Amino acid sequence: MSVPVAKEEMEQHLPLEFADEKESIKITGFWMFLVTDVMIFGSLFSSYAVYRTSVAQGPSAYQLFSFGPVILETVLLLTSSFTIGLSIYSMRRQNKQATIAWLIVTLLLGAGFVISEVHDFVGYVAAGATWHQSAFLSAFFILVGTHGAHVTFGILWATTLLIQLIRRGFTPVTTRKLFTFSLYWHFLDIVWIFIFTFVYLNGKIV
Amino acid sequence: MPSFVLYLIHTLFPHDVRRPTELGADFLIIMSGVIIVYYLTKQKKWRYLWDEWLTTVDHKKIGIMYLIAAIAMLFRGGVDALMLRTNLALPTTPVISASEYNEVFTTHGTIMIFFMAMPLIFALWNVAVPLMIGARDVAFPRLNAMSFWLFAFGALLLNISFVIGGSPNAGWTAYPPYTGVAFNPGPGENYFFLSLLIAGMGTTMTGINFLVTTLRMRAPGMTLMKMPMFVWTTLTTAALILFAFPPLTVALAMSLFDRLFGSSFFTLTHGGMPMMYVNLFWLFGHPEVYIVVLPAFGVFSEVVATYSRKALFGYSAMVLSVLAIMFLSYGTWVHHFFTMGAGPAVNAFFGLSTMLIAIPTGVKIFNWIFTMWGGRIQLTTAMLYQIAFIPTFVIGGATGILLATVPADYQLHNTYFLVAHFHNVLIGGVLFGLLSGTYYWWPKMFGHKLDERQGKWAFWLYFIGFWVTFGPQYLLGLEGMTRRMYTYPLGFGWHELNVISTVGAFIMGAGFVVMVYNVLYSLKYGERDLTGDPWDGRTLEWALPSPAPEYNFARIPVVTARDAWWDMKQKGQTLANSLSSHDISTLEMPKNTPVPFLLGLSFFVVGFGMTFEWWIIVAIGAIGVVASLLYSAFDYDEHKHINADVIRRTESALGRLQG
Amino acid sequence: MPKRRRRWPYRYIAPLVLVGLLVSGCGQQYVLLHPVGPVGKSELHLLILASLAMGIVIALVLILLAITVIRFRDKPGNRAPYTPNWHGNKTLETIWWIVPVVLLTVIAIPMVNQTFALAKVPKAKDPVVIDVTSLTWKWLFQYPGHHVATVNYLEIPTGEPVLFELTADSPMNTFWIPQLGGMEYTMPNRVLPLWLEADKPGVYWGHSGNYSGIEFEKMFFDVKAVSPAAFNRWLNQTHQTAPPMTMQDYHALLKFNTVGYQTYGNYPTDTFPSVMSGYTLTGSGMYLIEHNQHGLKYVPMSNK
Repeated sequence: MSVPVAKEEMEQHLPLEFADEKESIKITGFWMFLVTDVMIFGSLFSSYAVYRTSVAQGPSAYQLFSFGPVILETVLLLTSSFTIGLSIYSMRRQNKQATIAWLIVTLLLGAGFVISEVHDFVGYVAAGATWHQSAFLSAFFILVGTHGAHVTFGILWATTLLIQLIRRGFTPVTTRKLFTFSLYWHFLDIVWIFIFTFVYLNGKIV
Repeated sequence: MPSFVLYLIHTLFPHDVRRPTELGADFLIIMSGVIIVYYLTKQKKWRYLWDEWLTTVDHKKIGIMYLIAAIAMLFRGGVDALMLRTNLALPTTPVISASEYNEVFTTHGTIMIFFMAMPLIFALWNVAVPLMIGARDVAFPRLNAMSFWLFAFGALLLNISFVIGGSPNAGWTAYPPYTGVAFNPGPGENYFFLSLLIAGMGTTMTGINFLVTTLRMRAPGMTLMKMPMFVWTTLTTAALILFAFPPLTVALAMSLFDRLFGSSFFTLTHGGMPMMYVNLFWLFGHPEVYIVVLPAFGVFSEVVATYSRKALFGYSAMVLSVLAIMFLSYGTWVHHFFTMGAGPAVNAFFGLSTMLIAIPTGVKIFNWIFTMWGGRIQLTTAMLYQIAFIPTFVIGGATGILLATVPADYQLHNTYFLVAHFHNVLIGGVLFGLLSGTYYWWPKMFGHKLDERQGKWAFWLYFIGFWVTFGPQYLLGLEGMTRRMYTYPLGFGWHELNVISTVGAFIMGAGFVVMVYNVLYSLKYGERDLTGDPWDGRTLEWALPSPAPEYNFARIPVVTARDAWWDMKQKGQTLANSLSSHDISTLEMPKNTPVPFLLGLSFFVVGFGMTFEWWIIVAIGAIGVVASLLYSAFDYDEHKHINADVIRRTESALGRLQG
Repeated sequence: MPKRRRRWPYRYIAPLVLVGLLVSGCGQQYVLLHPVGPVGKSELHLLILASLAMGIVIALVLILLAITVIRFRDKPGNRAPYTPNWHGNKTLETIWWIVPVVLLTVIAIPMVNQTFALAKVPKAKDPVVIDVTSLTWKWLFQYPGHHVATVNYLEIPTGEPVLFELTADSPMNTFWIPQLGGMEYTMPNRVLPLWLEADKPGVYWGHSGNYSGIEFEKMFFDVKAVSPAAFNRWLNQTHQTAPPMTMQDYHALLKFNTVGYQTYGNYPTDTFPSVMSGYTLTGSGMYLIEHNQHGLKYVPMSNK
């Protein structure tokens, strides 16, 4: 009989989303999903590494990239990763107002990132650097584009979360959803750091 | 308006699908569709179909749907195989044209791997795994239903290509640049990439689902080293799926973008590199081989112990070897293209890693034999498949080692020797394993056994047919015949062996007919399983009645030993004998939902639209996808409750409740 | 009933296959068993070695399985020991971790050696170089330095290695002459090296081993191996008498069709098509392939 009692005690110290067995299992599942996403980006990065020099008649990485917008995007996304952390921090302290506020800030920063990136892409295409031009550009657009699509999806997802949080407050389900969203968002941040390093920085320096 | 209709006819039914075979198939499909609709309407079964099957989230029912789909696909893939073999037996008067032949071998491979082997595995997982680990369902029942419907609609998308628009024709590997629009216009390859992308999403979800199920849903007391071997192989296979399918998704998406949106990944011009596709594809493709064979290994580990009435020999070594296979299978993909100039160091490394993977596999073989040693072997149909599997798979593995010997592979690559080798492991390993599992777990699914006598007939036809088909193909390889030729000149000495091979294929076809008859006959006359334990089984699923009630376990059992049910029987226990009325409480179970079906349907619409580049249809489908996702995001009504009284009544009716 | 039938497929079919192999294996149609060059021979030797090692495993498993199944059948009166709880034996298990390791080592060591050996053209010799391009359902062979091109057939000298540089202006194919040795892919945008050698004169057939479209099965080609003197005569004579290939001719070859044999006394230099990268192994070392206005140029790797 001591086992269930100990378990119950432990559960009281766990955050809401981990205390509920079903929701806790869903968090495990989400980690597994992130594994598949790591593999997706891994494949895209390795393709980019292979195609980096296949510029054909198109522009090279050095000619194409400029640091200004990329640094702006980096700042926006890294800050948003911080603010989603603050949102989870507020959630742990049962502060609904702050949780929602930080989530909205995160969303806005994410939207800023997407807008800047789309602006970048439109500029490249207008300059004639479409992904038809070379295998390098194809690999670049699919890698960075997939990341951008993830961020866009994240923004839509968080919008639905926002509505649920406002309507329902903190329940095991809403807290679990917000927690998995934060995992997703941090993951995208890490991917961006790799993109920044291996695509932009590497492209400008070499 | 008429020009619009003409355009539709021209696009959907171009010349190359207006051939007798396709028209015949069209007719059969329409006729069977009409008959099914008529039957459902007459019997007023639409409601039943919708409530009990299309919207179900019950893993046992999803398993049965997977099984039905897999058998249907085995039929389609088998008919394809017979068409191929017929053509090769008649080199001077080909029955089907080159373009048809190319489509048929493509769909044969694609269907057999993705739409026959995979769903048959998922059928067994769904049917057996939750019961074996003492769970009431999988970790994510709704996700499970989504996986099934994504698979089902992916399969549908590939299959309609045969009659609408034209089939894919670049082989199941779909190497570029042959898949590019320059060499391969028309919708065929679009069908291929889109259907695999859709079904692949479903498969990835299944991988996540069963990995979490086996990690988090086991009954109390069932530690990792007390899990049945089948559950171990499920865990490792699920992990393999997680790591293997994403590279495939990327490779397929890149190919599709090359075709539809003008990117330059694998094109001849603009610096495209077909080699990159080959790497990504086999980065998936080799683990895929183990994704399909590990579950078969798991089935055999259960079957051999049950029918030898003896504990599995060397359980820890079996677990170790499964894990070794899982890790090593990521390090062997280059052996599919030693002849692509990777250089001697790379080739030698991958040749060695391939040989390395044979060691844990060999250990498993000996462990199975020694499980039988000292047992009492019952030669049931399931066990016959096991006994036939061992030599067949060993020979297939041995020829695999010959192919892993790099310089020998330079000669054998892409010849019929290779074709014989992979059929040797895929039929002798995977198909025999999965059929064995189907015969083994059939009573648990349907509550009756399959007729043993007919089952053995089917087995012998398969087994003999298999060797008659593929034995000669090894020799054809040594005669230098390469694969995927729709006909060949006489004078190379290839004709006689091809004729023998074709005869074998038809023997296997007869085996399939007997098997289907066996199923239909047994539905009506098969021996009913009233005990729930027809084979004197060892694992928890046999502790339950056949078929198991919706909630599986009225009370979750506590596991104390490796073969949990065998152990209980040794101690004179059953699930029922300590179960009293007040142990039963109201249960929360997942509730049926139409979302998975609608999501699959929406993806099908998107896929169909993209195939023909009709963007309005794509948009309609995309709206469906978004709507399904939004609906499930806001749907908090996921569970229903089964009242304790209902459970008590059910259990008493099954005679499993004391007092 | 099943007992009597169970083993007959092994008892009869396996020997039948074996006998079939032995009887007809002497027949020339088993091209893989009748190599006429050092490459094919070394590959065959490894194949035989591996087959023997694997044969031991197969025999072992078959015998063990047969004994087990016969001895431990569940039938009344079977007096073999029944040990339902016997679930492991360290010694036995160690044995079958070790046995495959030993057998595979026997295969692995010569395999690695041969793999490296085959990647190098025998040193001291300067091989004849032939540029091979797979086109859609036909083969183009060019003799750089000799200004000779052929379609769907080629001539090679006997007794000396020939270096093939493989590329494609088509979907992928593999270049394969079974009696001379193993195959190698032809891929667009890449050049892959392959060396082969014929011991004795004769006409050998080659084929594409990789599916590339509806008429791919017609991608047979002939390899005429003649003495070095006759080979040089043929080169000179062809260069002087055969018509030169024009760009029109080359574009005609790019069409999706099949053609018969063709012979050209010269060819435009940039028809060894659009090679972006690649390397070759002529003579004693590795060379990078570079484009310049004179066509292709081989730059030794060590100078880079």
